[in-house]
This record gives sequence, C-alpha cells and structure tokens, in this order.
Amino acid sequence: MFVHKMWNDHELSKMVDGGVPFPMLSDAGGRVGRVYGVYDEDGGVDTRGRFLIDPDGVIQAFEVLSPPVGRNVAEALRQVQAYQHVRETNAAEVMPAGWKPGKDVLKPGPDLVGRVWEVWQTKQAFD
Amino acid sequence: MGEEKAVGCARPTGGPVGERVEEATSEKTEAEKEVRQMIQVGKKAPDFAAPAYHQGKFTNVELSQYLGRWVFLCFYPGDFTFV
Repeated sequence: MFVHKMWNDHELSKMVDGGVPFPMLSDAGGRVGRVYGVYDEDGGVDTRGRFLIDPDGVIQAFEVLSPPVGRNVAEALRQVQAYQHVRETNAAEVMPAGWKPGKDVLKPGPDLVGRVWEVWQTKQAFD
Repeated sequence: MGEEKAVGCARPTGGPVGERVEEATSEKTEAEKEVRQMIQVGKKAPDFAAPAYHQGKFTNVELSQYLGRWVFLCFYPGDFTFV
C-alpha cells in the first residue's frame, strides 16, 4: 500500500494525468489471489490475472498471464462492451468471434441453427 | 469507495470476506477445498476486503461495495514491475 503510493506518485502519475484513477489494493500474503487462483506459491506473488465482474457480482470473463507479459487493455474494453450489449438485450443478441462495437451481432434462435454461415463471414473474426 | 483509514507501521493486508467461519467448521479434503475455490465464469466473484491507496488516501475496499457496477479486478506481481 505504501509502495502503491510511491509507484503512483513517482512513476504512474507521469504516465496518466492525475495518477491512477481507481483504488490500488494490497494483497500482501496473497490471500485474495489464492481465492482467485492467481497466486504463485513458489514466487510468492500474484500473477497477472484480470477478472471482469458484472453488476450482479458475477464473473463474466477472466484472463491470467505469467509475469513477463502484459495484458491488452483494448481487448479488456472490447469484452466489457460486448457483455454490456448482451446484458442490455437480455442475451437476445450475442457477439460472434471478432466482434467489436459497430460490427454485426447474432440473434440466436431456431432459425439461426446451421445458418450462421449465411449471416457471418470468417473474415469478420479478423478485421 | 471505502472509508479512509489511519495507517500504522504494520503491513496491512486483506482477505476473503466471510471465509473464516467456513474454514473453522469445515473438515473438507484438500481436493474439495480446491473445487470450492475454483473460479468460473457465470459464478459469483468471491467477496474480499483489502487495504487500498486511492487518490492520495489509504482506504479499505470491499468488492461488494461495487455491486451494481462493472468491475475489472486486476492482479499483478508487484509495484514497479515493468510490464
């Protein structure tokens, strides 16, 4: 916690105007990380876990990376946008692979079974 | 979020909320504990409380304070790690 302050005040605030806008929590001892399955007992550290939790407190997505590689913020934001859209439509609309805001959604139902190929192209997963 | 709190010299830490009772009363095997602690999409995020630094203040944060909002909960190995 004290080091969070040092890191924020002396380095992160030089990268982000006003410093880190969200709370920086401390998990000394890894008790929280253990419950979330991200604590590395051998290294004695939490690995790079990222959990997306919806307004009901339900985990919708997570990703865990080992220490040397950072996460992709744009991908995390894409996921929250996708889950927010699903939630707004009460799951009447779902997001195919590669979806991002503005791209086509799918409307699941008996009529769509076996016919995704007619309304969605593989290249949409990549562009 | 969370009350500002006074800090002493101890290294404060957090932990799961509501876990202790279960630990004291259960005689589950290691394997069962493993299953209980497994994180799954579509399941509730385990609640916890932890000390925090936020905008110049030391506070205490509980995950349950954020019910009704979308949350990204991110873990990382340590401050000043490079990536």
